[in-house]
Amino acid sequence: VTEELEPKSGRVRLAVAGARSGTRASLDRRPGGQIVRNHIFLALLLLAVSIALLGLALILIEAFIEGRGSLSFGLITNSNSSDASQAGFQQAIIGTLYLIAFVILMVVPLGVGAAIYLEEYANKERWWNRGIEVNIQNLAAVPSIVYGILGLAFIIRGPLSLGFMLFTGSMTLALLVLPTVIIASREAIRAVPPSIREGSLALGATEWQTIRGQVLPAAVPGIVTGVILAISRAIGEAAPLLLLGAATFVTFNPEPFNADTGWTALPVQIYQLAVRPQEDIREIAAAGIIVMLAVLLLMNSFAIWLRNRYEQRW
Amino acid sequence: MEARDIAASGATGLPSAPRLEAASPRYGEKAIKAFLAFCAVLSVLTTTAIVISLLGPAIGFFGVVAPGDFFLEKEWAPAQDLFGVLPLVVGTLNVVLWGMLFAIPVGLGAAIYLSEYARPGVRKTIKPILEVLAGIPTVAIGFFGLSFVTPLLQDIWPGSFLGGPPGFYNALAAGLCIGLMIVPIISSISEDAMSSVPGGLREGAYALGASKMRVALRVVFPAALSGIVASIVLAVSRAIGETMIVLLVAGNTPNLTLNPVENIQAMTAYIGVTATGDVATGTIEYDTVFAVGALLFAITLVMNLISIRLVRKYREVYE
Repeated sequence: VTEELEPKSGRVRLAVAGARSGTRASLDRRPGGQIVRNHIFLALLLLAVSIALLGLALILIEAFIEGRGSLSFGLITNSNSSDASQAGFQQAIIGTLYLIAFVILMVVPLGVGAAIYLEEYANKERWWNRGIEVNIQNLAAVPSIVYGILGLAFIIRGPLSLGFMLFTGSMTLALLVLPTVIIASREAIRAVPPSIREGSLALGATEWQTIRGQVLPAAVPGIVTGVILAISRAIGEAAPLLLLGAATFVTFNPEPFNADTGWTALPVQIYQLAVRPQEDIREIAAAGIIVMLAVLLLMNSFAIWLRNRYEQRW
Repeated sequence: MEARDIAASGATGLPSAPRLEAASPRYGEKAIKAFLAFCAVLSVLTTTAIVISLLGPAIGFFGVVAPGDFFLEKEWAPAQDLFGVLPLVVGTLNVVLWGMLFAIPVGLGAAIYLSEYARPGVRKTIKPILEVLAGIPTVAIGFFGLSFVTPLLQDIWPGSFLGGPPGFYNALAAGLCIGLMIVPIISSISEDAMSSVPGGLREGAYALGASKMRVALRVVFPAALSGIVASIVLAVSRAIGETMIVLLVAGNTPNLTLNPVENIQAMTAYIGVTATGDVATGTIEYDTVFAVGALLFAITLVMNLISIRLVRKYREVYE
């Protein structure tokens, strides 16, 4: 081989000389310093991971330590009260349940519908479809308090003028989590292989029959996972609700479509208790956080289980 | 759809071929398609509604307050007709700055570890755990800041450094909490970008005798740079828009300073406090909410678009 290469040209000789000197340089160098540097680097990376995990653990532990003393069933069955020994989250929990129920009713058809359109019907070459896509990605990162302003100026007052009712809170939260549902549903639909669609179309099914009969059933686990994640975000969201009238001190159960009675939600009441100076009231806030986190962790675990259980390999 | 087109073009050569279109127009399917398209267009309507609801009152506001005063004056006290927004913007900046100083090294460190060092089993465990952090309600993180981070900072503060220990409300604790909140955004998106760098680049570098650290820092990191920058820009956008943490931890005093120990007010906190307070509708003070909201929306919009574009770039190169 060397005989063939050597006489050919100056370029080959240059390359060989370069490779030789490179190899020599890397073999001659004493690797001690480099090994140490590599170990320090890995140690720093591990430190970064541990800091992040430690932060997560501390948030959970701190809430548990602070709220442990106030954990009881009274937390769920008692009304909001300025007497810490009597205080509970009944109205806030019912308010959150109403909020979430309406969010699910709105977000599932709208989100899945948009995802089906964008994945199955839209021509991605067209500028307007790409525009819709960028628009959805941007909406997913718009600050939640801006959605609160939207709800206040567009739904409660302005064009829709529904007033400060719980349902307006649901509408606003639905718009807030809609991009999350759309993006997750699109990924689930995209993961269904084209051969499934082609098989169905070849057998004479129409486009919609194919989507309804083949694509959607295969995409359901992914869609449900996305919806659960979106709902858990909606449960913990307080900022937009502050602007939508959820900030009132309520001791009676909410009526979702009545603009004259006040309403509140779990994270909003937690916020209001957390800013109070009294130590025993702050304890109730911590106990509320434990309740909220327990619900969220349960939902997240269910989503992960669902993803692993029904994940299809084609 | 493609399969049907191919079938149709193949069939046209035959004289007696049956038409492959539907025997009757499918009005039902057209209605369904129209509904689906409406769902997609709803997102555009949402954006339009956001812009309208922000701009309407904001234009009214700028009819009364000169834009020059709004952007350049250094006092924010709407009750006394002082409308310089700088203290709120700098307040947000103060918090975001300390947040990013915490989150960028931690997030990127975690991303490099997960993408280059961790065994698949470890990665499969740690990544979802980090994502749980992103799902924790910010009220809970704010409470954590108030009851754990601030007292801790006060305990360990070195004497009169930067003018003494942080107060009950301070920008640093809020920054650290926000940093914790956005670590998973940085680590998750950066890790995706690094994992999609083709293995051939790594193997080439190893073959030339590069160490693992060199491969991570000099080969994978630059190759994934656009995704990494996108994750950081998106994280900054999230940090700017975060409300509950700054409301609980950073305080509510407009303050033109980057000093981390001081009590400040961020843009989002101003909106949250003012809109829940007893300000009458239609007053100029009420309109400030929309002016500040419009500024907030504009800032985050620019950052989101940059981030979306960068993510698209790395997807185009490697996927």
